[in-house]
Amino acid sequence: MLSVQNLSVHYGGIHALQGIDFEVPDGKIVTLIGANGAGKSTTLKAIVNLVKTTSGTIHWNGELLTGKLTKDIVRTGVVLSPEGRRVFPNLTVDENLALGAYSRNDKVGVASDRERVFVLFPRLKERMKQKAGTLSGGEQQMLAVARALMSKPKILMMDEPSLGLAPLIVKMIFDIVREINKAGTTVLLVEQNAKAALEVADFGYVLETGRIILSGPGKTLLADQRVRAAYLGEAI
Amino acid sequence: MDLPTFFQQLVNALSLGSLYALIAIGYTMVYGILRLINFAHGDVFMLGAYFAFYAITALLMPWWIGFIVALSLTALFGIALERVAYRPLRDSPRLSVMISAIGASFLIENLGIVIFGGRPKSFPSIPLFDTVVRFGPVSMLSVSLFIPVITIGSLIALTLIVNHTKTGLAMRAVSTDVDAARLMAVDVNKIVAFTFGVGSLLAGLGGIMWTMKYPQLNPLMGIMPGLKCFIAAVIGGIGNIGGAVLGGFLLGIIEILIVAFLPALTGYRDAFAFVLLIVVLLVKPTGLLGKSQTVKV
Ligand SMILES: Nc1ncnc2c1ncn2[C@@H]1O[C@H](COP(=O)(O)OP(=O)(O)OP(=O)(O)O)[C@@H](O)[C@H]1O
Ligand SMILES: [Mg+2]
Repeated sequence: MLSVQNLSVHYGGIHALQGIDFEVPDGKIVTLIGANGAGKSTTLKAIVNLVKTTSGTIHWNGELLTGKLTKDIVRTGVVLSPEGRRVFPNLTVDENLALGAYSRNDKVGVASDRERVFVLFPRLKERMKQKAGTLSGGEQQMLAVARALMSKPKILMMDEPSLGLAPLIVKMIFDIVREINKAGTTVLLVEQNAKAALEVADFGYVLETGRIILSGPGKTLLADQRVRAAYLGEAI
Repeated sequence: MDLPTFFQQLVNALSLGSLYALIAIGYTMVYGILRLINFAHGDVFMLGAYFAFYAITALLMPWWIGFIVALSLTALFGIALERVAYRPLRDSPRLSVMISAIGASFLIENLGIVIFGGRPKSFPSIPLFDTVVRFGPVSMLSVSLFIPVITIGSLIALTLIVNHTKTGLAMRAVSTDVDAARLMAVDVNKIVAFTFGVGSLLAGLGGIMWTMKYPQLNPLMGIMPGLKCFIAAVIGGIGNIGGAVLGGFLLGIIEILIVAFLPALTGYRDAFAFVLLIVVLLVKPTGLLGKSQTVKV
């Protein structure tokens, strides 16, 4: 279980996260939704120590992550597929996947995981030797997810995997999130596409300007008047 | 100019170009990883030569052991330099890092004067590198032939490391996106240290071969080659290893051509590097092989 208590982050004078608490139980899909600038990406970056926290603690299966180096956090199975995909554009698809498996020494396991992601994303297999920078946006997102899977995540954190993609690809990405979860990986999903995220999630948190203002099972939040008005674009 | 002279100058040009290329690679690798100009790189080149000098003359090591010891020390020195002068400033403004680099350079040069003495020393003669080789009417020192061969060997090794090893893959990842590389569990500090080590080792190799060809050492001998090789790296497209090699060879070859064909301009041979720099930057601001967007190691 990932457990975040009283997490605060400042960027200079900006108080981007103002003491948030949330949990991601093992085997579940949990989503964090919120408008632009709410602090969703900051939360994920704080968990892997890409931004410094001002206060609060992050525990992963009872172990304190706060203060650990990113590389050591990733090695405990906490893996982030970052906002904007961040594939390495000048490296090939294959090399990007190899970097995903950088921390692993089990050659056999890596090879079988590589086959597994090629089954999930046959498109990537066809483009193995192609530079990631020449892939389409959707293909780059597939690569970002595939690369994260190569790290053998116990919890996969995804930051806006549906951003800027055509509806068909969005559906595919969400199907894959479900599939990854069914195979036993815990998922923490950050989305602006609140409807799709709440539909797939067991539990959701609503973040507004650095505070969690609402939480509940995905279905409950989907039915909530305030959520519908603020995030699903419905007039009340 | 007759044919023998031409060949003689060609060998000179290739060996000078090789030396420049070896040093230029260090600038470009460090820049590719950290976006930092290591102004002390020329001084690392100087240290490589002195380490070899003392290993052979003071510690009486056979030359090849002396070279291995000197190269190892130079690599370690480069790693230590990064630890002390650059890593504490990793998140500081560029200007602070640059000032630290210039400070480190002055410090090494002046410590060099204090420790090694300011008077030039002459490098011991090593028969293997010091024999005169004749091809018909063309004669040259054997070191001039060894330099391009050793350089090309090093370049091949470097290319294999960068393109075909896990560490090389991590280097390329760090140079494009540090945070994304961290997310791949890459130990960025280790990669940076490795980069400084390799860059410094090549500079040390350049320094040793330089003193065999121009057999005098002094603590300020790194300044001019350092500056020219920085220029070579920029001309080739800083951040790009192939570019540094191209820039280095270009600079060396043109410099020798000027000396050989336009003897009247020999006094301007150092100035010429700057002229070439300005021309290249005017025509192609990212350097000959530089790309405006992605920076490759
Ligand atoms: N590096 C930074 N420096 C200064 N302020 C930052 C930085 N990164 C984020 N912020 C600020 O922190 C707040 C939270 O940003 P964050 O990126 O976490 O939002 P988000 O919820 O992910 O938004 P989006 O949906 O647009 O990605 C915003 O007000 C943002 O301007
Ligand atoms: Mg965001």
